Amino acid sequence: MKIIERSTFRNFVDDLISNDERDVVGATQEGGQYLFDELDDSSDLALEYDLTTLPPKKYFLPPRETLLEYERSGEEYDIDSVLEIEPRIVIGVHPWDLEAIEQMDKIFIEEHDDEYYERRREECVIIGSTPQNVADETFAGDMNTATKDTGYDLLLTELDDVIAVEVGSRKGSELIENVPTRNATFEEVEAVEAEKDAVVEDATRGLDLPTEALPTLLSAGYDEIEFWADHAEQCTSCCSCNVVCPTCYCFDIEDVNEVGAESGKRERRWDGCNLKDFAAVAQGENFRRERGKRYRHRFHRKGDYVYERFGDIACVGCGRCGKHCLPGIADPLAVYNDLKEHLEEKGELPGSDASATVSTEVTSDD
Amino acid sequence: MTEMGGYGGSGQVPMQQRLAMEPEPATITDIRRYTEKDALFEIDLEERDELGHGPGEFVQVFVPGIGEAPISIASAPEEGDTFDLVIREVGNVTGAIHDMEPGDKLGIRGPYGKGWGPERLKGQDLLFVAGGIGLPPTRSMIEKALANREDYGDITILYGTTSPNDILHDEDIQRWRDRDDVEFRMTVDEVPEGTEWDGNVGVITTIIPPVDIDPETTTAMICGPPVMYQFVLEELDEKGLPEENILVSLERRMRCAVGLCGHCQMNDLYVCKDGPVFEYPVVKKRGEAL
Repeated sequence: MKIIERSTFRNFVDDLISNDERDVVGATQEGGQYLFDELDDSSDLALEYDLTTLPPKKYFLPPRETLLEYERSGEEYDIDSVLEIEPRIVIGVHPWDLEAIEQMDKIFIEEHDDEYYERRREECVIIGSTPQNVADETFAGDMNTATKDTGYDLLLTELDDVIAVEVGSRKGSELIENVPTRNATFEEVEAVEAEKDAVVEDATRGLDLPTEALPTLLSAGYDEIEFWADHAEQCTSCCSCNVVCPTCYCFDIEDVNEVGAESGKRERRWDGCNLKDFAAVAQGENFRRERGKRYRHRFHRKGDYVYERFGDIACVGCGRCGKHCLPGIADPLAVYNDLKEHLEEKGELPGSDASATVSTEVTSDD
Repeated sequence: MTEMGGYGGSGQVPMQQRLAMEPEPATITDIRRYTEKDALFEIDLEERDELGHGPGEFVQVFVPGIGEAPISIASAPEEGDTFDLVIREVGNVTGAIHDMEPGDKLGIRGPYGKGWGPERLKGQDLLFVAGGIGLPPTRSMIEKALANREDYGDITILYGTTSPNDILHDEDIQRWRDRDDVEFRMTVDEVPEGTEWDGNVGVITTIIPPVDIDPETTTAMICGPPVMYQFVLEELDEKGLPEENILVSLERRMRCAVGLCGHCQMNDLYVCKDGPVFEYPVVKKRGEAL
């Protein structure tokens, strides 16, 4: 563990901003909200933040990106793939967002070899930070993501007068090789551990089941369509929960034509499974027409389907969905605990031999 | 203090290799119109000899400036270097394709998905149950089996359409009817006034009971509108056909076609990648399947 003086750290960030070819972005505050944005000066950095509105996902899977461009030449179209890359240094990523990025890497790089995502990840340096404040909605402690030993190139922990730096990769060590640092004292190493323990405590709200039992709970609760419909009753299908989630990655592909149709481009854009037409097909059929089914799908995707495919529980407990849901119905912790209580009352909690997955239908439209 | 090397700056980087999302150029070489809304488009890839597909798989068809649509491949690989798509005009992309003429260009991505699996069907009796626009995806397997006739047992084709005016692949139907090693039966839901029809009238389930199949050696393949599956499955159950001897091909809104974008997700499965053809026991357990 390295120790860097505060003034040296500020100089280090200012030097990156001035001299590094890459964009330097970080957690900052604008208009009363925290967000990841470009830094003009080290003083823009707001490492005391609790939760940014959008997760750093936007730097690897942008809300909108061009996949290819085409232009008519005579009867033919010339089609060219394009890759819009902005190499970046991202400063201040919290442990739960580091976990989310690792999960996304598994899906987009290991499983899908998605060159657009992979190239952006390769050309990005991630500097994590130990949270100094935790939002009321965050329950990363319950999801075992309040601390992380991997997923960062550097990890910063602010102590009283200095900043502790843990190096997670060669990229990280290269970044600070010319920065004056010293090795941490025993007391400083212990102080960092204490900071991390405090985050776990602050970010624990009380999940009433073992985290690893979440896929079992959701699987057992799949058929409880009245439960899902009741919880989704106030849902406006606005997809704020999808948009702010660090592990939501559904997208749509749209073709955008220039006026005159001689040239155009294909874009990949964020999409959300809570939108009414997300699972609609041609000729009017919609496989998740009812709100309750869409709401259920989102929770199962987080806690069951991704787990089945990749072994990860895709809810990292950041709490953004709960915080930004206008009707206030998206807090996953409340839903998990409610579902457990609901199944308990029915005597159908797993262990009492109930994990059927055959569905009953929701009849009401919308 | 710190100096960074090796980064090529920002902005658009030209790609060295074609990405998975890039369509390849293709030409429409023939069009056969079946109904007001349905037509067969014969497609020739410009940069390679053949598509290299299996029956039941699909491609993404790209019309520059309009978009993409997932379309099942209607022809068998044995039928030549071109391939056929039967396209119903239901939206912008399919509408634009319908406005095209032989010689016009479009883009193709694929083939994608898991199809009927002709290898695992070898030695089996084949029962095809197709409704409406579900005939073209089954046709690819029908023609595969007919091109390798000795590999398969009895072949029975059941086809239902809304009315006699909606019949697809009429030239193939005549050929199937004429063969003595194929049993072909069809039905229409209704006969509009002034339309000639001397065949069966009724939904597709009405022509299942008379069919003579051996449940031990038969694999049924179902493709049709979503409403059809449950009723057909009930009739096949009546016939004593085991669930593991039933394959279904499902329709979803595939956008990326590689199991990532989420639009075609059916519980934990991606129809574009894990399907579109599934063994019935696999989809039976999944509430969002049928």
